[in-house]
Amino acid sequence: MDKDGKALTGAPTGAIELSGAEMVIRALKDQGVTHIFGYPGGAVLPIYDALFQSEGIVHVLVRHEQGAVHAAEGYARSTGKPGVVLVTSGPGATNAVTGLTDALMDSIPLVVLTGQVATHLIGNDAFQECDTVGITRPCTKHNWLVKDVNELSRTLHEAFQIATTGRPGPVVVDIPKDVQFKKGPYVSPEAVRHRTYRPRTEPDLAAIVKAIDMMAHAKKPVFYTGGGIVNAGPDASRLLRELVEVTGFPITSTLMGLGCFPASDPHWLGMLGMHGTYEANNAMHDADLIVCLGARFDDRVTGAIEKFAPHAKKIHLDIDASQINKNVRVDLPIVADAAKALKEMLHFWKTQKRKADAAALKSWWAEIDGWRAKKSLAFRNSKTLIKPQHAIQRLYALTKDKDVYITTEVGQHQMWAAQHFHFDKPNRWMTSGGLGTMGYGLPAAVGVQIAHPDSLVIDIAGEASVQMTMQEMSTAVQYDLPIKIFILNNEYMGMVRQWQQLLHGGRYSHSYSEALPDFVKLAEAYGAVGLRASTPDELDAKIEEMIAVKRPVLFDCRVDPKENCYPMIPSGAAHNEMILSDAEEEATQVSDEGKMLV
Amino acid sequence: MSAQLKSPAIERHTIAVLVDNEAGVLARVIGLFSGRGYNIESLTVAEVDHAARTSRVTIVTSGTPQVIEQIEAQLGRLVAVHRVHNWTTAAPGIEREMALVKVVGTGEKRVEAMRLGEIFRCHIVDTTLTSFVFEITGAPSKIDQFVELMRPLGLVDVSRTGVAAIARGPEAM
Ligand SMILES: Cc1ncc(C[n+]2csc(CCOP(=O)(O)OP(=O)(O)O)c2C)c(N)n1
Ligand SMILES: [Mg+2]
Repeated sequence: MDKDGKALTGAPTGAIELSGAEMVIRALKDQGVTHIFGYPGGAVLPIYDALFQSEGIVHVLVRHEQGAVHAAEGYARSTGKPGVVLVTSGPGATNAVTGLTDALMDSIPLVVLTGQVATHLIGNDAFQECDTVGITRPCTKHNWLVKDVNELSRTLHEAFQIATTGRPGPVVVDIPKDVQFKKGPYVSPEAVRHRTYRPRTEPDLAAIVKAIDMMAHAKKPVFYTGGGIVNAGPDASRLLRELVEVTGFPITSTLMGLGCFPASDPHWLGMLGMHGTYEANNAMHDADLIVCLGARFDDRVTGAIEKFAPHAKKIHLDIDASQINKNVRVDLPIVADAAKALKEMLHFWKTQKRKADAAALKSWWAEIDGWRAKKSLAFRNSKTLIKPQHAIQRLYALTKDKDVYITTEVGQHQMWAAQHFHFDKPNRWMTSGGLGTMGYGLPAAVGVQIAHPDSLVIDIAGEASVQMTMQEMSTAVQYDLPIKIFILNNEYMGMVRQWQQLLHGGRYSHSYSEALPDFVKLAEAYGAVGLRASTPDELDAKIEEMIAVKRPVLFDCRVDPKENCYPMIPSGAAHNEMILSDAEEEATQVSDEGKMLV
Repeated sequence: MSAQLKSPAIERHTIAVLVDNEAGVLARVIGLFSGRGYNIESLTVAEVDHAARTSRVTIVTSGTPQVIEQIEAQLGRLVAVHRVHNWTTAAPGIEREMALVKVVGTGEKRVEAMRLGEIFRCHIVDTTLTSFVFEITGAPSKIDQFVELMRPLGLVDVSRTGVAAIARGPEAM
C-alpha cells in the first residue's frame, strides 16, 4: 500500500459482495459495535431490514432522534467506546443536530448514520430530503455523503477512525437509499487508512523537559485539568494521580474533567470556574504556574479574560493544536495525547530526580487552606424546606458506596451536582458542558444504563430540563432500564431566574415553570415508578426507596424555589471577585460589558 | 508572564491550503471562516494534481496575529486538509492575480486608458469602437492601482481571480 492509502480504495480481489445495508451491519460488527440507538424511517428501511436479519447488535429504539444521540453520548462517555446512532433522512437527521453539536462541543466520539433519499433524487426537494451533510458540516468533526456503494465500507471504517482518534468527536455518514440496496465489495477495517488524517499524539520531549523544569521551579503551581484527561482513557487519570502525588501540587478541574482526579484526595481543590470553589478560583488567580492538562481555557473557566491569572506562566497540554493560544496566550504548548504526555512528564520528573520547591509549596498550601476555610460551598440548611444542595449531599451520601453513574440536565441543579456530588473515578459523570443542552441527562442516562445494566444510573435533573426529553422514559420502560431521574423541582428555570435576579432587576420574565405535570402520575402513566419528597424528614427514606426499586423512577424532589447557586463569578469579573451568597450578590454591580456575556 | 490575547494590529495574510478534492471540501473551508467570524478578502481554488485528487485553496485574509494563528490551526484541523502554509509569515512567496477590466469610452479618455494599459503591461483581449477589455496580471496591489486609474476613464466592469501564490527558489509548499 502506498503512503496515501490510494491502493486501498480499489476493490480487493476476493472481497465479499454485500448490499450497502448489509455492509453497514457488517462494518458495525467489525468495529466491535454491540449497541446502537436509533429510530426508523423510509430512507433507512434497508438497513433496518438487514439489522432484523442479523444477530449480535442490540438496537435501542428511542422516542426522538435527539434522544438517540444523547443516549449514544452517555454510552460513549461511560465506556470510552464510540456511540452509534441510526436515523432516517430529513426530520430524522435534523432532530439529531442538537446531539451532534453537543457531542462536538464536548469531544464525544459518535458515529451517526443517516438515511438519505436515493441519489437520483438528491437536490430535487424529494420527500424527507434535507441537505444532511450541509446541515451537519459545522456540527461534526467530519461527514460524508456516500453516493457509491464501492466507497461505503471504507467510509464507514474511516468514520470510526476519525470519531475515536485525535480529539474525539461526532461524525455523520449519510447513505442514500439506493446505495443501501446496491451490491459492492466489502473492505474490512484493517485495509483502510485515511488519506490525510494523522492526528498527532506523541509529545515533543523537549517541551516535556521544559515543562517539568517550570514545575520544579514553581512557587505557586496549580494543575488545571479537563475532559481531555477523561477522553485520554483511564491510564491518563492514573498517571495524573501519580503526577500530583510526586509533585504535591494542588489540582482543580473543569466541569468536564470531574472524576479524572479523585475528589477524596487532599490535593483536590474542587471544580473551578463560574460556579467553582473559592479555593480553586483563587489558586488560579494567584498561581505563578498553571499546568493546563486537557482543558481549553473556556470562558466559563477563565472569567474576565483580561483579568485571568495575571501572574501565571502557563503550560498547555492539548491533543488539538487549535486550542493553543485560542483564548489565552500560553508560554509552553504541548500538543499530544494526555496519557502519553503525562507518562513522559512522570518519567523525566523521576529520572532527572526533580523536586518541587517544598518551602514555597508549604506556604502556597497555607494560602490555599485560608481560602478553603471560607467553605464556599456551605449553605444555610432548613428544617422545613429541602435545600437543593442538601438533596444532592444526601443523594451522594446514600449512593457513594455503590457503582454509580451520574448524568445531569442543565441549570442550577447541574452546578449543585458538580459541587456536592463527588467523583473518584473518570467516566462516571456525564453532563452537557460545552453546549449546555437541557434535555441531555435523561437520554444520556438511558445510554449509560444500556452500557452498565447492573449499575446505579442517576440523572440529576431540573423540572424544566427534564420535560425536553421526557418521552425517553418510555424507552427506559421498554428496555427495563432502571434509571433514576432525580428532579430537583424548584418550579423555576432556576438558573434563568438567578440571572434575572442578578442582572435584570428581579424581573422574572418567563422563567416560572407553570403548569407542571404531576411527576408521580406521569411516571405511572409511563409504567415507571413515581416518588416524591417534600420535606427534609422524608428525603432519606425516599432516596433509599428509589435506590431499592429496580425499575425506572421519576423522583420529584420538591426543593426551595428561591435558592441560588453559589459561589459565583459574576459575568465580567475575575477569579478573585467571587460572590459567595445572596447578601453579597445584592451588593454586586455587574458592569455593562459583563451583562453582554452569556 | 504571558500576555493575554488583545492586540489590535490587523494584518493581511495569504494562506494556502492543500486539500483533498472531495465533495464539499470548499464548503468546509468557507464554513470555517464564516462560522468563526474570520474575514475572506479573496479566495481561489482549483485542482492542482488530478492523479492525487488534490486542490489548492489560496485565501487572503486579515486579522490580528492571534486570529491568523487560529485560522491556520483551525484549517489544519479539517480532516480533508493535507497542509496549510502561510505565505506572509513564512519566507514571502510570489503572489499573483489576474483581472479582466472593461473600460467604455471614446476620444481622449479612450486613448488615455490604452496608454495606461500599456504602462501596466496589460493585454487587450477584446475591443470595439467604444470599449476595451484589459487583461492584467500582477500583485493584487498593482491590480488595485490599475482599477483605480480606470475609474474616471470609463470603468464598467472588473472580474478578478483572487491570489495565487508560490514559493521563490526550489522549495515547494
Ligand atoms: C435547550 C436549552 N434551552 C434553553 C437553555 C437556557 N437555560 C439554561 S438553564 C435553564 C433553566 C433550567 O431549568 P431547570 O431544568 O428547572 O433547572 P434549574 O436551573 O431550575 O435547576 C435554561 C432555560 C438551555 N440551556 N438549553
Ligand atoms: Mg428548575
